[in-house]
Amino acid sequence: MSDAPLLELRQVSKRYVMGDNILDALKDVNLKIAHNEYVAFIGPSGSGKSTLMNIVGCLDRPTGGEYILNGTPVAQLDDNALAHIRNREIGFIFQNFNLLGRANALHNVMQPLIYRGIALGERRRLASQALQNVGLGERLHHLPNQLSGGQRQRVAIARALVGKPSILLADEPTGNLDSSTSKDVMAMFDTLYRDGHTIIVVTHDPNIAEHCQRVIHIMDGRIVSDKLNGKRREARAGV
Amino acid sequence: MYTLIESLNSALQAVVAHKLRSVLTMLGIIIGVMAVIAVVSLIQGFSNSVTSEFKGLGADSLTIQSYLPRKQRLAGKIAKVTPDDLLAIQHEVTGISSLSPILPVGRFFNPVRYHGRSTTSRVIGTTPAGALNNGTYPDHGRFIVPSDDLRHRHVAVIGVTLINKLHLPADPLGQFLQISGDWFKIVGVLHARGQIFGFDQDNEVIVPYGAALSMQGGAAVPDIAIQLKVNDPRQIDAVTARITQVLRRQHHLKSGQDDDFKVQTASELLGSFTSVLNAITLILGGIVAISLLVGGIGIMNIMLVSVTERTREIGIIKSLGARRRDILLQFLIEAVTLSVIGGIIGVLFGYGIGVLAAHAVPAFRAAYVPWWAVLLAFGFSATVGVIFGIAPAAKAAALDPIEALRYE
Ligand SMILES: Nc1ncnc2c1ncn2[C@@H]1O[C@H](COP(=O)(O)OP(=O)(O)O)[C@@H](O)[C@H]1O
Ligand SMILES: [Mg+2]
Repeated sequence: MSDAPLLELRQVSKRYVMGDNILDALKDVNLKIAHNEYVAFIGPSGSGKSTLMNIVGCLDRPTGGEYILNGTPVAQLDDNALAHIRNREIGFIFQNFNLLGRANALHNVMQPLIYRGIALGERRRLASQALQNVGLGERLHHLPNQLSGGQRQRVAIARALVGKPSILLADEPTGNLDSSTSKDVMAMFDTLYRDGHTIIVVTHDPNIAEHCQRVIHIMDGRIVSDKLNGKRREARAGV
Repeated sequence: MYTLIESLNSALQAVVAHKLRSVLTMLGIIIGVMAVIAVVSLIQGFSNSVTSEFKGLGADSLTIQSYLPRKQRLAGKIAKVTPDDLLAIQHEVTGISSLSPILPVGRFFNPVRYHGRSTTSRVIGTTPAGALNNGTYPDHGRFIVPSDDLRHRHVAVIGVTLINKLHLPADPLGQFLQISGDWFKIVGVLHARGQIFGFDQDNEVIVPYGAALSMQGGAAVPDIAIQLKVNDPRQIDAVTARITQVLRRQHHLKSGQDDDFKVQTASELLGSFTSVLNAITLILGGIVAISLLVGGIGIMNIMLVSVTERTREIGIIKSLGARRRDILLQFLIEAVTLSVIGGIIGVLFGYGIGVLAAHAVPAFRAAYVPWWAVLLAFGFSATVGVIFGIAPAAKAAALDPIEALRYE
């Protein structure tokens, strides 16, 4: 891996203006994340974690500062270029899964590949492989509402991974899951990390943050601490 | 690249997922296209049957009729082609192979009696050449012959409808009919020609021209039509010019005054008929265009609802990397799919109605849907889909990904 950071935020801020109310959801955030890091954004509800995550995932734009992804300042990119990045560089996993309700598991996972112009047969092959990898090889033709919460999140993970993105972003991925299913999902992330993926997980749960190699505390729109997780560092050194 | 086929596929899925709503959405288009096709199929079917009637008259035929523009008619002017005109043409115009008058007796329908039974019928007087000129031949018996007029015979050639209406014997030759008080001996039965646009062509009595003239009572000079065939179809313009010359002199028209008669070939007669039909088609087309407009607004309405409803879905596919044009295309194709499916259903139903109407009303011959009407209907509905789909599709494409994802 090169030493250049995968992504860098410089003095990033996000301000919401609602009539007379001004809300600074992010204030002067500085952050560098390198390839194959496993990062947790942790903090109380409303602290700005999701806002930060959405900016990193090119779903939202900062109102101040600069975001540089793979050496490119994102502010310079137009709509199409952003769509391209969301399609190729980023795999997003949401708390509420965000699956397409009318499409079965297979079609959900095939969807991002459509925008790459991959032919149907190949899309089908890649998507069923990705579902196989998350243990859903038997559930290809189930609709989201025919799947359990854990299974839905695994479909979402397969969909995020199928395009082999450089970063996996997960916003409270276990927020809607029971504790044992949560463990399964986090174990999956751990494996992905060991396989070389770059992962950022948003959570308010210290037990989830435990899994990560680097833990960034966010309070009231600011980064208040940015520490390496001792246990994890050892684990990684052992690989 | 998000191919057309992908969009079409997902559009079809969306249509199938909301069957009832899709049908309701398409209703405007369905009705519009259905109306177009039903009307066009009937008019075209009617037009085809009329055209084949006119073709019977041939390229060497001319018809002379009195004619005044509407304005002059309203001003109280009267135009007539008279028996004297017939004689003038007969004596002065060369190149005519057969010449015959059509003299309608009395009103359009005249009382006809037989053995106490009574009905009404068109009664026309003509000469022997009328059979050839008008394409009416007897199946039984004979047509008017030259000696009928010479000997002032009261004979009649009748259409088959009268046999039924008056309960005439199956072979009615030799029976006597009473027409407007005069007795006529039946000498022939015309070949059946069927109905055309509700008009029974077989409800007709043909009598000798002289007899018809004398039934006129001599009070007023009758207005007749003249049919003729020329020796050489290539001379038809010259003959027309000569007839015009003779009639203008007969009618004392000064140079600068318009003709008060028309000399028309069969194809001109057909042309004026066709132009009337085309005008009807055009007016109906306008009505239909309005209903398609309404249909289009229906589609736009539902597409806007659908975009709002699927805001989250749009957010999700944006987060997966869909570009503006992918989403634009998807919604546009969905709108076009809806309207074209509506168009297909409309064409099928419209043709069905045309066929049913053609069966129910004998005047309409077989319904006929020309290809241009089908293509037009499709073109129209696809265009409606594009025009009215573009606004909702653009709205969907322009959605901000994060706001769309947040939409409840
Ligand atoms: N679209 C928005 N408009 C106004 N305020 C917003 C919007 N999105 C988030 N916020 C506010 O920004 C703050 C941070 O929100 P968020 O990043 O979702 O917090 P977290 O994910 O840490 O719970 C909250 O106070 C929230 O109310
Ligand atoms: Mg959040």
